[in-house]
Amino acid sequence: MAELTLVEAINDAFHTELGRDESVLVMGEDVGRAGGVFRATAGLRDKFGADRCVDTPLAEAGILGAAVGLCMAGWRPVCEMQYDAFSYPCLDQLITHVGRYRWRTRGGMGFPLVVRMPYGGGVRAPELHDDSPEAYYAHTPGVKVAIPSTPADAKGLLAAAIRDPDPVIVLEPKLHYRTMRGEVPAGEHVVPLGEARLAREGDDATIVAYGSMVPVAERAAEALEGEASIEVLDIRTLKPLDEGALLASAGKTGRVVIVQEAPRTAGYGAELAAILAEKAMLDLRAPVIRVTGYDVPYPYWQIEDAYMPSVERVVAAVRKTLEF
Amino acid sequence: MAQTLRVPGSHELRRVIGDGEAIPDGEVEGLEERDLLELYRSMVLLRTYDERSVVFHRQGRVGTYAIFWNHEAMQAGSAYALERGDWIFPSYRESAIGLLRGMPVSTVLSWWRGHPSGWWNPLDYNVASICVPIGTHVPHAAGLAWGKKLRGESGCAIAYFGDGATSEGSFHEGANFAGVMRAPLILFCNNNQWAISTPLAAQTAAETLADKAVGYGIPGVRVDGGDVLAVFEATREAVARARAGDGPTFIEAVSYRTAPHATADDPRAYIDLERVEEEKARECLGRYEAYLQRAGVLSDELAEATRAEAAEALRSGIAAAEAEPPADVALLFEHAYAAPPASFAAELAELRELLDG
Ligand SMILES: Cc1ncc(C[n+]2csc(CCOP(=O)(O)OP(=O)(O)O)c2C)c(N)n1
Ligand SMILES: [Mg+2]
Repeated sequence: MAELTLVEAINDAFHTELGRDESVLVMGEDVGRAGGVFRATAGLRDKFGADRCVDTPLAEAGILGAAVGLCMAGWRPVCEMQYDAFSYPCLDQLITHVGRYRWRTRGGMGFPLVVRMPYGGGVRAPELHDDSPEAYYAHTPGVKVAIPSTPADAKGLLAAAIRDPDPVIVLEPKLHYRTMRGEVPAGEHVVPLGEARLAREGDDATIVAYGSMVPVAERAAEALEGEASIEVLDIRTLKPLDEGALLASAGKTGRVVIVQEAPRTAGYGAELAAILAEKAMLDLRAPVIRVTGYDVPYPYWQIEDAYMPSVERVVAAVRKTLEF
Repeated sequence: MAQTLRVPGSHELRRVIGDGEAIPDGEVEGLEERDLLELYRSMVLLRTYDERSVVFHRQGRVGTYAIFWNHEAMQAGSAYALERGDWIFPSYRESAIGLLRGMPVSTVLSWWRGHPSGWWNPLDYNVASICVPIGTHVPHAAGLAWGKKLRGESGCAIAYFGDGATSEGSFHEGANFAGVMRAPLILFCNNNQWAISTPLAAQTAAETLADKAVGYGIPGVRVDGGDVLAVFEATREAVARARAGDGPTFIEAVSYRTAPHATADDPRAYIDLERVEEEKARECLGRYEAYLQRAGVLSDELAEATRAEAAEALRSGIAAAEAEPPADVALLFEHAYAAPPASFAAELAELRELLDG
């Protein structure tokens, strides 16, 4: 065990996985010489060579499209998109090819690639450095989506993504890259995709969150101490979802608040709410409430705090379910 | 006007400004003393804006900032070849180019301060919004130029982007579109030879970026990006071609990024610091100053007065930016739609209640 920041844990996963499997390579803008703008890939070029930690041209569609071809040639490419919103040029490749090729070849070919990127707001950055695009990814058939909220999970989920036979998108909460520290198992550490994490046990209501919203949910639960006992479920993998954990917690507490930083309409929270409506109707003692970003472009940073779901908004939503 | 397409790598680097020794100074036809000094004022204003911004950033008064030190000649020289009605499509590297169109200093500072007063209306200046996603504004500029032509209007457009941007699909699609539509567009590539930590050699196998123009069937020219007069002259020719109905031109302005990519970047990990020092020694404003002095156009007093004027513009600019009232949270819900959905009012009311709570 070592105490690492979230981004150091990602770097640790890379060192372990590239050392373990010679077919894994890392590619993206500024990942080599600079070690990534957040230093997630620091030291890889020196240790594994410029062919396994590749500075690519500035072309996200090219990066992901080339990764498809690299898979065909026997590689397991891990692509970095420099920021959430700069991944959008790669959506064409993702939707038209990455998510379809296994199906298109009737299972004949696998595409064990990873796309990872920093996501989310709160970092006082210029426009388009703050998006939460998980719904675009989760909506795409044929790809999996994971979002860690702790350093240990950042390492373990990335390792699982790299080892997975299918394309996996990993979104990393950039707000916590350097500010969150935690114990991280040394050496090989894999957190299986599709397993949620009970971040906090409680009896009266459940807050469901992922990524950067997990700490917000935890602080809301703390704020409600003495008033109500709150469970926090960190779902960790959006696809495949650990439905069992979601339904178990809903069954236990009967009240669910879902928190997502992304805009509200057709966000991932809507999917969670729909599953609860389909499968937990009789367990619920109050309507499911979503606390989300608003249906607007991510704002100028001077008012970004008002956009981001706050502890206060989450607490108010939980109280609403408790008082229902 | 028929253009001969050159063979790869054959583009000469155009220069006007000499080195005061072996290379003689040239002149640009039609530029009078008044013009030369106006170009100087523009460069000094941009330089001052940039240097002060870095200080303001250190003081916590502006956020992350994309430094454009040593890019002033490319911006001022090209913009001076345009008319007020022509459209400018800047990237983040040209964030302050609106200053050359009368935009207040406080507006640009506010953009980097994350304050809504920095989000100008492009129609006020014919300067489009700052484009952050690399190369994605190139098709916009192509569309605007094409649209002007379709309407029988005379205006043209210029799109600014970097060497790295030429790797993006959007750049290629926009350039090709402009070529096919013979849009009155200037594709202005600031080749500062770095895209953050990625050197040009890792960006393209082409010998020069100007070579790319061949593939779009349009003229490509290569100019010394540290030579404001050469940049002006090349852009003026491209503008004339555009206005004559002869379509777009690709200009590769060759310079060097001597500063970090942005305030958040530390280039020591990847850049050759000796080369940076060499390039700093021949930075564009100093070269132009020396030229003007050799030509007997710029006195020390005038240079001093010009710098003082720019310094004052920045002093009052930051004061005005900092005097802006704090942004109201109601702005979250404004302008995403012409007619906002009813839900926004309820969400705002709820948010206010919590914030005032
Ligand atoms: C689509 C997209 N991908 C990645 C980025 C992140 N990014 C910002 S600037 C930059 C390098 C741009 O280099 P270049 O085009 O040469 O312009 P310069 O910054 O040198 O002016 C990158 C990769 C971005 N802004 N947009
Ligand atoms: Mg560049």
